[in-house]
Amino acid sequence: MAVTAIRELGILIALAVVVAVTTIVNPLFLSGQGIRDLLLNACLVALLTVGQTMVVITRNVDLSVGSVLGLSAFVTADTFAVNPVLAVVVGIVVGALCGLFNGALVGLGKVPSLVVTLGTLSVFRGLDFMWAHGRQINAANLPDGFLALGSGSVLGIPYLVIITLIVLGIVALHLGSYRSGRELYAIGSNPEAAVLAGIPVGRRVFTTFLLSGTIAGLAGVLAVARYGTVDATVGNGLELQVISAVVVGGVAIFGGSGTVAGAALGALLLSTIGSALEVVHIAQFWQQAITGALLIGAIALDRSVALRVAARMRRQSRGVSA
Amino acid sequence: MEVALAEVSKSFGAVRALREVSLTLTPGRAHALLGENGAGKSTLIKVLAGVHRPDGGQLLVDGEPTRFASPADAKAAGVAVIYQEPTLFGDLSVAENVAMGRHPTRRGGMVDTAAMREQAELLFERLGVDIDPKRPARGLSIADQQLVEIAKALSSDARVIIMDEPTAALSGTEVARLFGVVGALREHGAAVLFVSHRIDEVFELCQDATVLRDGGFVWSGPLSEQTPDGVVRLMVGRDLDALFPKQDVEAGDTALEVRRLTREGVFTDVSFDVRAGEILALAGLVGAGRSEIARAVFGVDKPDGGEVLVRGKRIRPGSPGAAMAAGIGFVPEDRRQQGLVLAASIERNAALASLNRLSRLGFLRSSAERSLARDWAVKLQLKFSRLTDPVGVLSGGNQQKVVLAKWLSRQPKILIVDEPTRGIDVGTKAEVHRLLSELAAQGVAILMISSELPEVLGMADRVLVVREGRLVGEFSRAEADEERIVLAATGVAAG
Amino acid sequence: MKSLLRWESALAVLLVLVVVVGSAATGGIFLTGRGAFNVGSDLAVMALIALPLTLVIVAAEIDLSVASVLGLSSALMGALWNEGWPLEAILPVVIIVGALCGAVNGFLVTKLGLPSLAVTIGSLALYRGLAFVVLGDQAVADFPDSYTQFGTTPVPGTWIPYPILLFAVLAVVFGLLLHATTFGRAVFAIGANEEAARFSGIRVKRIKFILFVLTGAVAALAGIVYTLRFASARADNGTGLELEVVTAVLLGGVSIFGGRGTIGGVILAALVLGGLTDALIVDDIATEVVKLVTGLLLLASVFAPAVTQRMSRGTP
Ligand SMILES: Nc1ncnc2c1ncn2[C@@H]1O[C@H](COP(=O)(O)OP(=O)(O)O)[C@@H](O)[C@H]1O
Ligand SMILES: [Mg+2]
Repeated sequence: MAVTAIRELGILIALAVVVAVTTIVNPLFLSGQGIRDLLLNACLVALLTVGQTMVVITRNVDLSVGSVLGLSAFVTADTFAVNPVLAVVVGIVVGALCGLFNGALVGLGKVPSLVVTLGTLSVFRGLDFMWAHGRQINAANLPDGFLALGSGSVLGIPYLVIITLIVLGIVALHLGSYRSGRELYAIGSNPEAAVLAGIPVGRRVFTTFLLSGTIAGLAGVLAVARYGTVDATVGNGLELQVISAVVVGGVAIFGGSGTVAGAALGALLLSTIGSALEVVHIAQFWQQAITGALLIGAIALDRSVALRVAARMRRQSRGVSA
Repeated sequence: MEVALAEVSKSFGAVRALREVSLTLTPGRAHALLGENGAGKSTLIKVLAGVHRPDGGQLLVDGEPTRFASPADAKAAGVAVIYQEPTLFGDLSVAENVAMGRHPTRRGGMVDTAAMREQAELLFERLGVDIDPKRPARGLSIADQQLVEIAKALSSDARVIIMDEPTAALSGTEVARLFGVVGALREHGAAVLFVSHRIDEVFELCQDATVLRDGGFVWSGPLSEQTPDGVVRLMVGRDLDALFPKQDVEAGDTALEVRRLTREGVFTDVSFDVRAGEILALAGLVGAGRSEIARAVFGVDKPDGGEVLVRGKRIRPGSPGAAMAAGIGFVPEDRRQQGLVLAASIERNAALASLNRLSRLGFLRSSAERSLARDWAVKLQLKFSRLTDPVGVLSGGNQQKVVLAKWLSRQPKILIVDEPTRGIDVGTKAEVHRLLSELAAQGVAILMISSELPEVLGMADRVLVVREGRLVGEFSRAEADEERIVLAATGVAAG
Repeated sequence: MKSLLRWESALAVLLVLVVVVGSAATGGIFLTGRGAFNVGSDLAVMALIALPLTLVIVAAEIDLSVASVLGLSSALMGALWNEGWPLEAILPVVIIVGALCGAVNGFLVTKLGLPSLAVTIGSLALYRGLAFVVLGDQAVADFPDSYTQFGTTPVPGTWIPYPILLFAVLAVVFGLLLHATTFGRAVFAIGANEEAARFSGIRVKRIKFILFVLTGAVAALAGIVYTLRFASARADNGTGLELEVVTAVLLGGVSIFGGRGTIGGVILAALVLGGLTDALIVDDIATEVVKLVTGLLLLASVFAPAVTQRMSRGTP
């Protein structure tokens, strides 16, 4: 508990530093609108990290989230012509189906998630391209009421942020306070022992991928609302940012520990760095390199902290019982 | 609830871990399951726990044929198991480890953390141990891990409690407390299955017993019909003296010197010598640090301090290659995980420690590899069909012979053997003992770790006892007896 | 071993099928010298990287950063050329930088003990990002013909592309390294049971480190080939290629869990995959659909062994 709290504090400090430095260069960075933009930019990635966190906690990974988001976005945008409510439902269902496919292969087929989702990353993207067939859907084709979801706010808080926080809250509660959530930590911490403890490991992993897909589907719907313009490349490469955010946010890549709140903060930090680079006129090109470096730095940091803690405990345990 | 196995069999490839074994667990009675290492006790327990499905035979619950398709089924039926290897979740708190799968909840299904901690505290109180329920399970000592496992099993109000060597790492007072708790459960009508290597413990706690040997059923009945010596004879299957034929050898010069070797939190300040032709045994409880000392001597773990000398020359710490070059061989404790590449062929395994000697300019000479394997297969009377078969299909005893071939083909001057006869049949056991004795006669210095006291007493010229990472006793062959070693190993009088 | 042979025969059949169907679908262009030249040129880059990656995966590790190293080497080539460096100096520098990229991966995996999956997802982003830092979004296309001919014309008198010649040489080298040397034997042992390998005196960390360095160097070499073939150095060259390379390796019968696989199988798989890609593209199907098919093949190649294993085990 204490360790994750320290991590979250660390991210907040890093965030404060980035924001402070950038604000000195450009005071507008910290205006009301500036903050809203920061939050809005982080929203979609933060939403995806919620699903990804659950997956990573079970010692798996879902590389297909960017493609699921893209596919869902296009299908949603396309369905608006038929019926707006249906469009939203269809978008989420598409995500759920993708998650179901991943989950069936990983959880029930016992194939490593890395390979499965590397494969479905291109399968889902391919489906997206086949569906889109080179078309682009613009804001003009979408109802204003829906687009307001992407840009509107209540009491100054954007709808998108509210939706993200609600999903985050539900999943955080599930992971922290419900048996099925706690069991995800057990699975990632020691998969063999989880089986011996009578935990239905296959089913839990399956559900986790299903949820990750569903959330990515929802994110696809929201991406349509936010950007208004949709083609088959929406969300391309997003999985890198999502995984980086999760790891930077303190979710152990070996599974077994981490929180959605930390992961979402990780997403906020990464996207803030992106915005800050723009403000201080450093080429956007740097952002990807920084994302990668942060990811590597975070796992290296986690590893050395874990090793140090283990060494200390080793010494103590012998000291106490001797 | 009465649980019984009727003529249950289970094989892993060529290893027949259980052959038509029957046993009945009766409410209100404690049943001992006895047998040497590898006799099949843990496998039997895993059948009862729903981990393994038997190849043949039946599981009966209250006389009804039942199938446990998974550990969840067994758990739901009221069977609680303490496995031999700890099964804790390192990232989670001790309290949550105890509660996992049965978290106490409030209305609405939310986990009640306070109740969870309270539950763990109560259990620890019953067991008389002091472990903080809030700390993570990672980093607990082996004894504490075992105690958490016990608390876990007790927490479920199970009607059948199965314990696979729960006392192997515990001290005398902890064992006494455990026995008190188990006695109380038994009086409340629980059936208990208990595995232990300490015969006196078994007679103290249990009413019935079943003896296994090499996976086969040997005897079952009330313990009142048996004496401790009789039980041991049933387990070993022949007279003890015939089993350990260590010849007397004039010990030569010092071959291996270990000086103040330390690995923090694991073992401290360990110093000893082994002379050519001598067999030196390390005895002690599970988790006392014996294997860890051996690993550090061979260099798979890097010690924090101290040094290892071979015939007076210091070898580079933390380097198995350096240890091998100095003439050390190492037959590790866990054959399947550390000793062999199970999926690879017999010949590849036999050659794995000799790759450089079998190559020219980096290219491997496969003919040399094959002839090495063939020679040693003959010398050690390996039973196999083809040298290209994966080593995983061999029986335990033959697998061990491949490990021995791997090291003996390098003609080591110093051989470290960790549990050399674990999980192998009685016949092969005698062969291994004869082989070690012959090697000593040829002037090889042997460092042997064994948890089988008869083996230690029969084979060793000298016995060192390790307790909590320190050497706490040294006995010559003449001085060594069971009582002294157990006393030194546990810090309390036996029985 | 036996099941691997069966896997390779299945691949050979698949290869024949791809050639036959591909030729039929493309009205025979596929079988002309020109067609074969194109197929060969297209698959050479992917096949080159598959060789060292085979060893990495046999050792039970993974490197997802290969396509980004390719991109970085291409970008570096362009940037140095813009600086007026001669190509004779650029090429070795680029390969050394690739080896360094591999060394960074190897260091993080072996010295810090980090999982290669996470490390190389990170370096995938890092190296691609550096590629953009080096060259931005410009394209450098004014390389001399004498060099680009390496990628655009066949060996005189034949229809064999030079990159395929390079691939053939390296295939022999890596085939021998994996299957005939003590190094290769150690790689198999590490992949099948790393602990047992360590307990046998094998220098596990050093070997893994070498494998990552080799992979980085070959990925950089592939970047040079790619750049010359399309006569264009860009930071986004080869984006997403890691999928195809990993697919080729796994389709070739290499176990994702390590310890099993052959270079021969991977070569066959690379040919199948390359042929398929070209057949589909010649047939005017979008490249993204090719990716879809690649993804499905990847899933099939890990799923098929899992299923057959479960069936042959005959769960009661
Ligand atoms: N999962 C397994 N795969 C293959 N062999 C096994 C497995 N588990 C146990 N064995 C083998 O079965 C035999 C019995 O082992 P075990 O039941 O653990 O013995 P015990 O608990 O009496 O020491 C040994 O030869 C052991 O090597
Ligand atoms: Mg056992």
